[in-house]
Amino acid sequence: MKISLNINNQKYDCQIEPDETLLNLLRKLGFKSVKKGCDTATCGVCTVLLNENPILSCSYLAVRADGKNITTVEGLGKKADAIIDAIVNEGADQCGFCGPALILTVYALQKELKNPTMEDVNRYLAGNLCRCSGYEGQLRGIKKFLGVK
Amino acid sequence: MNFKTVKHSIPKVDANGLMRGLPAYTDDLTDENALIIKCLRSPHAFAKIRSINTEKALQLNEIECILTHKDVPRIPITRAGQGYPEPSPKDYFILDEFVRYVGDEVAIIAGRSEKSVQKAIKLIEVDFEVFEPVLDFEKAENHPSIIHPEKEIYTMFPMGLDAQKNVACSYTNTMIVGDVNKTLAECDVALNHRYYTHAQQHVAMEPHSSTAYLDYQQRLTIISSTQNPYHTRRIIGEALQKPLRDIRVIKPRIGGGFGGKQQIHNDLFSAIVTLKTGKPSKCIYTRKEVFESTFTRHEMRFDIQLGADKNGNIHALDIQLLSNTGAHGEHALTTFMVAGSKLLPMYNKATALRFEGKVVYTNRCPAGAYRGYGAIQANFAVESAIDELAHKLQMDPVELRLKNSIKEGETSPVFKVMGEGGEGIEQKMESCKLDYCISRGRDLIKWKQKFPFLKIAPNKIRSVGTAIAMQGSGIPLLDMGSAIVKLNDDGFFNLLVGATDIGTGSDTILTQIASEALDVPIDRFVITSSDTDVTPFDVGAYASSTTFVTGNAVRKAAENMKKKIIQTGAKIWQIDEKQITFQNGILKSKDGLKTITLKELSEGLYYSFAEDMEQLIASGSNTSPKSPPPFMAGFVEIELDTETGKIDILDYVAVVDCGTPINPNLAKIQVEGGVLQGIGMAMFEDVKYSKNGRMLTNNMMNYKIPNRCDVKKLTVELAESYDPAGPYGAKSVGEIGIDTPLAAIANAIYNAVGVRIRTLPLTPEKILNGILKNEKR
Repeated sequence: MKISLNINNQKYDCQIEPDETLLNLLRKLGFKSVKKGCDTATCGVCTVLLNENPILSCSYLAVRADGKNITTVEGLGKKADAIIDAIVNEGADQCGFCGPALILTVYALQKELKNPTMEDVNRYLAGNLCRCSGYEGQLRGIKKFLGVK
Repeated sequence: MNFKTVKHSIPKVDANGLMRGLPAYTDDLTDENALIIKCLRSPHAFAKIRSINTEKALQLNEIECILTHKDVPRIPITRAGQGYPEPSPKDYFILDEFVRYVGDEVAIIAGRSEKSVQKAIKLIEVDFEVFEPVLDFEKAENHPSIIHPEKEIYTMFPMGLDAQKNVACSYTNTMIVGDVNKTLAECDVALNHRYYTHAQQHVAMEPHSSTAYLDYQQRLTIISSTQNPYHTRRIIGEALQKPLRDIRVIKPRIGGGFGGKQQIHNDLFSAIVTLKTGKPSKCIYTRKEVFESTFTRHEMRFDIQLGADKNGNIHALDIQLLSNTGAHGEHALTTFMVAGSKLLPMYNKATALRFEGKVVYTNRCPAGAYRGYGAIQANFAVESAIDELAHKLQMDPVELRLKNSIKEGETSPVFKVMGEGGEGIEQKMESCKLDYCISRGRDLIKWKQKFPFLKIAPNKIRSVGTAIAMQGSGIPLLDMGSAIVKLNDDGFFNLLVGATDIGTGSDTILTQIASEALDVPIDRFVITSSDTDVTPFDVGAYASSTTFVTGNAVRKAAENMKKKIIQTGAKIWQIDEKQITFQNGILKSKDGLKTITLKELSEGLYYSFAEDMEQLIASGSNTSPKSPPPFMAGFVEIELDTETGKIDILDYVAVVDCGTPINPNLAKIQVEGGVLQGIGMAMFEDVKYSKNGRMLTNNMMNYKIPNRCDVKKLTVELAESYDPAGPYGAKSVGEIGIDTPLAAIANAIYNAVGVRIRTLPLTPEKILNGILKNEKR
């Protein structure tokens, strides 16, 4: 079947399978920042923004994205700079596999939550699992970036 | 000590590209036409394939290759990525007529689409003869079911393999110092307890991945998420009977390892499919396959006897260990030995020590390398026992540890008696700030105000607990790493290392070491790592070796390059080498008359120095008779709900002696990540099986790893320390963080409510049952 969607402000007309996930479609189109980690919508590494909201692309059928706006880290461009700096200046990027999804989710958090507390931040990011960092370093960076006291 | 680049927290060299999602990991780099490989896996814990029929499946469109045990070479190998001769039993065949755990490979299927492969799997007809599986490791020895009845399996040196009894290895009558039984009998206080540690899953975010293709010279190239590309090349060569010159293994970026990728996995399947079909292929595991069909941590049982005099001087420590290696013996002997060798030296005042035991096969997911590697298991048992001893002595457990633990300048007889797989090497602690780590951690957690507990509400108790740990820095005289430094025009250097950055930041810290040693700014280096055709040999990322072993190789290579640059100056200026300095990337004569930048020098060497034109290239290799241990003291503060048994981690304090941290930020994150993995294992990570041996925790919904709400605070500090054997004083830091949480939390639970849990994990059920039992008394 055919769908048409906007990915990072570019229009894509795609031929897809009815059971194809958005994750598979995006990777096929070359957006390799979107990773496959757990197959059960648990780990968060497949996160993309759908009309500005973070969703798990591994459990989202591509057909549902017809006509929607998708943002991946590739599409954030310079808007990702400060978030990336915040994480890497703490050395908390480590293996990097969960990184792009975390950057996107922090970007969405910043837009969605006004004056969040650390608890709000932790809750918002709880679905972005990381096995390397122990989270503490990521949070040090994110805290500085958001100016959370 | 002042350094220019080392001991500075620079961002990782690969940080920006990875965070922006540039293609970097195995699955990002596969050929889009690569055949998709999947396996038909065993539904039985132990069975023999009577017959297997692939005819219907082969007739499907898009199916290119189906392999069963009849189609592959039958060479016994071990998948463990270790040195050679390998210290693990050679008890694995690419495919075998026996299947030994649920999820074991029955057949390998390759096709042009995932759907066709899935369909083909369902069309393969297998007739199994099902046997009674061995699921309980305490009943494995002499069980009527023999897991490895095949004749071909062997070990490369004696390690007590007795397959007819389901024993993968045994170790007795060797690690004995003094007379343990006699000394124990003479002790004022002695205890004898049994402890169990459970299996744990690595759960690296990137599933195990590989892809293979034949290059234009018909050589097999494998891109793999491996921690040890050179061992992978060697083992695949052995398994497929191919000369190593025909195999190239490349490790791209890896999405975490933790030991889980220190074995060969699907790389072997990609290799054999590409060789059979001539086409590129790839095998990317599903998370279910990662859980069921890779490796777990070894489950272990410890019988600990510990004795001291009434003043708290520990005189005797006896460890009897039973370890469960699952269906195959990868890392069976070495994890077992590390349980002794990375624990016993910590209590070096004891005059009587014994460490013995066995590793048995069971019909469970094979066990393999996992961060901590035996030391973490032993840490739970012994560090729990130390607290139990402190309680019997009515002594503060921190004081007991300060009194008995190893100090700088001291040694232990254990270093000589046991190493990893065989005898060890004597060594003196030239750096050991363990006593500082303990007292600093005690202050940071406010032990004196909080020990043993504070009641903060009728049903809430806060308490503290502690444990100490040591690890190693590589395996002495077995681990080897090397590096090449090459000067290019425009004055920049290639740094080539075989070392394997698995997300730890080793590419970054090795570049920092090169920059420091050469005295050239760090942005003048480009590092390339882990390509067996291009980079020099390295054992890989395991045994906490890279910083210490490869770091010294890089330092040597860079120092050799510096010598060559100075020699070049002497040649072109016709003056003595001693009259030349090379600092901050500029070559100068000491009289100040002659100066040349690296850019000018390199261009002259390439294009204009006539007969002095030369490619400057320098190398360095390193192995060490020493493996200076990093040390750590862990302190936890918990809040325990006496109505539900639930505990919350309020703070985990880790004070670590890792020598000079080459990159303090990265060293700190290694510890923080390790501590949280340890907390996960202590509290809720558990590999559970059905009564038929099927893994119940085969996805991330059932197998829970910590998220960012599970721990309130981690407090990590690095002690000032310098080990003369390490590069710029550095020791390792990759594993040490994971060791202490198991015992520290168990000890905190005891301090809170007097419930001693000797079987992991430390679940609310066990705590509450303990509380109820105590109330009945």
